[in-house]
Amino acid sequence: MALRAKLPKILIHLVLILFGILCIIPLISIISVSLSDETTILKNGYSLLPQGLNLHAYAYVLYKPVQLLNALKVSLLVSVFGTVVSLLVSAGISYVLSREDYKYKNKLSFYVFFTMLFNGGLVPTYMLISKYLHLKNTLWVLILPYLAIPWFILILRTFMQKIPHSIIESCMIDGASELRIFFRIILPLAKPGLATVGLFTLLQYWNDWWLSLLYIEKESLVPLQFMLYRMINNIEFLTRSTNMMPPGMNNVVVPAETARMAMAILAAGPMLAVFPFFQKYFVSGLTVGAIKG
Amino acid sequence: MAKATKNRFKNTQHKKSLQLTMLALPAMVAIFVFSYIPMAGIFIAFKNVNYEQGIFRSPWVGFDNFNFFFTSSDAWTVVRNTLGYNIVFIAVGTLLSIIFALLLNEIMSRKVLKAYQTMFFFPYFFSWIIVAYMAYSFVGPYGIVSGWLEDLGVNFDFYTETWIWPFLLIFINIWKGLGYTSIIFYAGILGISQEYFEAAAIDGANQFQMIRKITIPLLMPLITIMTLLSIGKIFYSDFGLFFFVPREIGQLYPVTQVIDTYVYRMLRQSGDIGMSSAVGLFQSLMGFAVVLFSNYLVKRVNEENKLF
Repeated sequence: MALRAKLPKILIHLVLILFGILCIIPLISIISVSLSDETTILKNGYSLLPQGLNLHAYAYVLYKPVQLLNALKVSLLVSVFGTVVSLLVSAGISYVLSREDYKYKNKLSFYVFFTMLFNGGLVPTYMLISKYLHLKNTLWVLILPYLAIPWFILILRTFMQKIPHSIIESCMIDGASELRIFFRIILPLAKPGLATVGLFTLLQYWNDWWLSLLYIEKESLVPLQFMLYRMINNIEFLTRSTNMMPPGMNNVVVPAETARMAMAILAAGPMLAVFPFFQKYFVSGLTVGAIKG
Repeated sequence: MAKATKNRFKNTQHKKSLQLTMLALPAMVAIFVFSYIPMAGIFIAFKNVNYEQGIFRSPWVGFDNFNFFFTSSDAWTVVRNTLGYNIVFIAVGTLLSIIFALLLNEIMSRKVLKAYQTMFFFPYFFSWIIVAYMAYSFVGPYGIVSGWLEDLGVNFDFYTETWIWPFLLIFINIWKGLGYTSIIFYAGILGISQEYFEAAAIDGANQFQMIRKITIPLLMPLITIMTLLSIGKIFYSDFGLFFFVPREIGQLYPVTQVIDTYVYRMLRQSGDIGMSSAVGLFQSLMGFAVVLFSNYLVKRVNEENKLF
């Protein structure tokens, strides 16, 4: 009887644990490969556990990492700057949309969310950015197009709608300006929402390859993800300018397979490290409400 | 006197909306530049663009670009792939997300819950390029799954077999998005007032009855929003999934080429601007039509749940 009562619980945990494992196994597999010995890998194939634990792949990737460091610099700069600006810009419009008493609320709502349903398509956007705005091969092109993403605005606005209007009203009675209310009252109160959307925005910038695929040809502006893409078929990209093996590894095979996975780990790592800081706010910040005004 | 007060009130009101508009302005500008100006560029679809004359002076060709696309042998394949995958993604993805949200809702211990959420969110953190590497580490020539199959005496080259890719792509897409969408639905469930459940418990309702009669109906607005938004994107695909994960292997195109990758490759390879924008316009208009229609259907069933 006791077992029968517990059975559903056990089943639920079983399903969740299985999927949880499924979610982390691929990460474990690429970590294992990156730590494995290249010749063993070539002989036996990949496995979930490292074969012949060593750091050759990382030594290879990090030896004279001129291009790697440059890509890291581009990614960091774009992600940090982009996230801060985008969050401010999105929070501004989200707050305005959350104000029931704003005169043009419905019109503004339509203006923002219509772009989720209709857009001009790849070609006109590409023409505009490259031919008319001349943003090709600049850092700006990696930042500006993602400044105001309607989906994130929707999440933030829904969160801000939950802030009681009486707080705003009492500030107004005290004579605070709208700007002051926004910066002093709303932003601190919207912390969970801002943290959640902030994390999404950070990921959006950090993981982006789309903008660099279209608009970046200059070597010095290649971000990490794009560099990783070019290495899918050609590990040499990494060491083109410094075509050498680290000292002491001269008689070893070029660790092409393992180095690729080491690079993937280096590119994914920072975001995984950042997650715990956001998790506290996560579920409460992630509510999505109706689009209609 | 009364008039003066009214005027002053009107003035402060005016000042307030002005200040609020200023707050919204930066985002309005960004959206205008990167979303609305390109919309004006849809006329390119009706032109035969050549570089000497530029896009404005190139000759008008009516619907030639559209004809050219729809009479090509690729049109059917890419439209079928795009719609087919999306329908499966929406149906299976939504269903599984709701199920997982409900399962998560049964977990009482905060620590365990957090552990699950963290694990489920992992895939969302990886870019499609990293996911492509991961897929390769399983099904590539040295891959783990390929190795297992080899041990069983089967020599299976995933990157040349077309039939397996629909399954792989559906699996990978669901795997990557499930944590994210299930947490959105889970947050929605948390928003439901506990009073309903307490009242139902007093009336002797069991867990399944509560889910059927309380959770699902109250979650319906959110489910509808999410589904309608996905339906609006039914003619678009996750470019990264279809471009990076199956790699650039032409042999697999019959099952991996979707409208987005087709337009991109066409643009890169042949530089056919007119036709690419014709396809883009087709995508936008069809998606818009489909979402208007589904919203109309939703409205007829339940006015409350409509998207707009």
